[in-house]
Amino acid sequence: MAGIVGYGAHLPRHRIKVEEIAKVWGADAPSYKKGLMLREKSVPPPDMDTITLSVEATRRALIRAQTVDPKDIGAIYIGSESHPYAVKPSGTTVAEAIGATPDIHCADFEFACKAGSEAMFVALSHVDAGHMKYALGIAADTSQGAPSDALEFSAAAGAAAFIMGKDNLIADCLDTHSFMTDMPDFWRREHEFYPQHAGRFTGEEAYFATTKGASIALLKKSGMKPADFKYAVFHQPNGKFPQRVARELGFTQEQIDPGWLAPRLGNTYSGASPIGLSATLDVSEPGDLIFMCSYGSGAGSDAFIWKVTERIDEVRDLTVRTHKLLDENIIYIDYGTYAKFRRKIKMNY
Amino acid sequence: MSMFSSRSWREYPQRYRMEASRFKKSGKTYYPPRDIDPETGDTAQEIVRLPDTGKIVTYTVIRVAPSQWGDLSPYALAIVELTDGTRMMGQMTDVDVEEVKIGMEVRLEFRRIQTESHEGVLSYGHKFVPNWF
Amino acid sequence: MRDVYVVGVGMSKFGEVWRRSLRQLFVDAASTAIKDSGVDHLDSLYVGCMSSGMFVQQEHISALCADYLGMAGIPATRVESACASGGISFRQAFLEVGSGVSDIVMAAGVEKMTDVDGDGATAALAGAADQEYEVFHGATFPGLYAMMAHAHMAKYGTTSEMLAAVAVKNHHNGSMNPVAQYPFEITVEGVLNSVMVADPLHILDCSPITDGAAAVIVTSEEVGKKLGKPCIKVLGSGLATDSMALAQRADLTTIKAATIAADRAFKMAGKKLSDVQFAEVHDCFTIAELMVLESIGLYEPGKAGPAAQAGETALDGKFPINPSGGLKSKGHPVGATGVAQVVEIYKQLTGQAEGGRQIPGSPKIGMAHNMGGSGASSVVHIMEVA
Repeated sequence: MAGIVGYGAHLPRHRIKVEEIAKVWGADAPSYKKGLMLREKSVPPPDMDTITLSVEATRRALIRAQTVDPKDIGAIYIGSESHPYAVKPSGTTVAEAIGATPDIHCADFEFACKAGSEAMFVALSHVDAGHMKYALGIAADTSQGAPSDALEFSAAAGAAAFIMGKDNLIADCLDTHSFMTDMPDFWRREHEFYPQHAGRFTGEEAYFATTKGASIALLKKSGMKPADFKYAVFHQPNGKFPQRVARELGFTQEQIDPGWLAPRLGNTYSGASPIGLSATLDVSEPGDLIFMCSYGSGAGSDAFIWKVTERIDEVRDLTVRTHKLLDENIIYIDYGTYAKFRRKIKMNY
Repeated sequence: MSMFSSRSWREYPQRYRMEASRFKKSGKTYYPPRDIDPETGDTAQEIVRLPDTGKIVTYTVIRVAPSQWGDLSPYALAIVELTDGTRMMGQMTDVDVEEVKIGMEVRLEFRRIQTESHEGVLSYGHKFVPNWF
Repeated sequence: MRDVYVVGVGMSKFGEVWRRSLRQLFVDAASTAIKDSGVDHLDSLYVGCMSSGMFVQQEHISALCADYLGMAGIPATRVESACASGGISFRQAFLEVGSGVSDIVMAAGVEKMTDVDGDGATAALAGAADQEYEVFHGATFPGLYAMMAHAHMAKYGTTSEMLAAVAVKNHHNGSMNPVAQYPFEITVEGVLNSVMVADPLHILDCSPITDGAAAVIVTSEEVGKKLGKPCIKVLGSGLATDSMALAQRADLTTIKAATIAADRAFKMAGKKLSDVQFAEVHDCFTIAELMVLESIGLYEPGKAGPAAQAGETALDGKFPINPSGGLKSKGHPVGATGVAQVVEIYKQLTGQAEGGRQIPGSPKIGMAHNMGGSGASSVVHIMEVA
């Protein structure tokens, strides 16, 4: 099958700690830190958005792809719930910035936190079907949580980009499965600034049922079991959910560790499991199997089985590793700066 | 009064992809691109993409900023000499302005440069960040 | 080219002139100049103005000014070259009289800058920089000169104290100028403790936002002599340009257009810098005065700052600079500035400088340097008492 020929991630450098948000709202920081396993989250400054994150992640993917001419990329898909425009695609700007225009198909995807894996899935499918030589799937978000809402402690920003192709793979996609039902667990109506959610209803019947539905179906279809995989990556709305779903499916903490970024990154929405995959590829070895399952409210999951090739050794350090972006050159900000950055203050302009 | 987006649209190649003019006769590179080489009067040129790293030649920190830049203020503005010798002006971002200095190594990063009010078109281009990676 | 004289001058009050509009400011200066010179008509009019469109949404001010001066019918031309508009307005009048086309021409300049807020003024002034590759990235005018200042400091060890010395000196001169916007003394500590606008420039390193107009009457030698008023003779005029964007200049510590413009003016005048006793130079920011003095050759690179501290450019120094108070203290109505410099040269050469700012020893030759943008235009005039 087709697979990944280049991958890259980009994260904001700014972080806000759970305590800093909790202090403002009189919330109990320990319950977020222990209960949801969230310590801090990334914050995009005002000059960063889904488009800029996508461009930087894609440039890194092109570096790792080594020989891919952007003109040979036949499609660009960006999955995000924070496209800067309601009307006007994000993908056109990214395609223009990497020099992939004009002979290219472009679409922006939206499916809550699953939009990114959708972009990857469709890109992969086009290549697999022989429609084009390469296709680009990008997962990027600068998500917003309403002030004082539980989501404010997790809504974060980041992006990962994957160039799909058939030759010269870094990771071969062995199989996929998608799973979806109509589930009112989380939504944002047109013209509304912040999303709404159904509190604890978003857990058992939504995230867990859907993630397990897709994962179990893919394991069954592929005839594999959790122990066959070196690593696993799940959607991570917080630190706790992916841990629990991994355990319930039979994966270990060691398997999810490299891609388990939420405790320090927050929930990067569409970016969550794709950035986790990028971080996991950074540490994987030729022959490793990686299980990946996204989740998007509404609700659905896309599950993938990736098999890492020997090319990983060649490309891994051609550009910065995801964990380095997570760990180094971090700038901590206070709530006032965060409120300014995220335009939570009413201004005259 | 707002400007039509055509004005920034025609700058996309140089703002998005850092395209510059390299003149055949003199071998000199100019950013933004020009039609005529100021040194030789030559018009024969090729479009090249500029490198994405360089060093600060000079800078300032804008502390009294026009209100459209208020959410980034104070911000550093720098002239950077890229590794091929071409110079460009741009903003520093993701940096403590007190750390900016002449000679600092920087990398270009794709950023939102201007937002024309809440409704208007977004302008993208490149800023400088410390060359961490 | 025949000889050209300046025979009368006029200025409006400089400052936040809330009660006077652009056309009224012009009339204030123009009618004073006409009265001062004694001419009974104008053959033509030049008006330097940078951005009446953005400041008061009025274009076509050449005709407007002629009309409100009660002279509709005369040829009138607006000249725009950012902050050098006034100096180039004077140059056009000089060329028109020198060529023999006209005998009596008014060179005026006007700017009404306070009818917009700070953002509006910043936006209008930013038009003098490269919109797409400087202003687009958040450049402001203090910011552009601040970048030159940092480069100058790095190369020559220029200090904030040296910059402050320029402001202190110009405020001292301006404190004696009745039309100055800020006619008061300041101190080095005061400058260093004032708000930082764009590192390393403090607010007191910057010229202000000013309403104002200035006008001079330029005539042929024959007309000038017939009027029987104090006259000065324009010996030479030089205008030069440089690349618009700072990033494209090989050396950020010198104003190349000022060097070339001065060379051209001296060549035309048949004089050299040592023949000149004083100058008005374009101190839109303190660093600009130092860089211009080095660029025109008055000081070696890096030496103008120490010279300012040593008092060499003070009113009683060996080469007084900006006896009017300069843009810093007198004010900087951008389109008027270049003409206001000629007004000061005229007053100093004819011994009419008020308030105790008359340069001692009856100077015979003075020089005016007016600059546009971050130095992409410079215009220099050399004038001699007639």
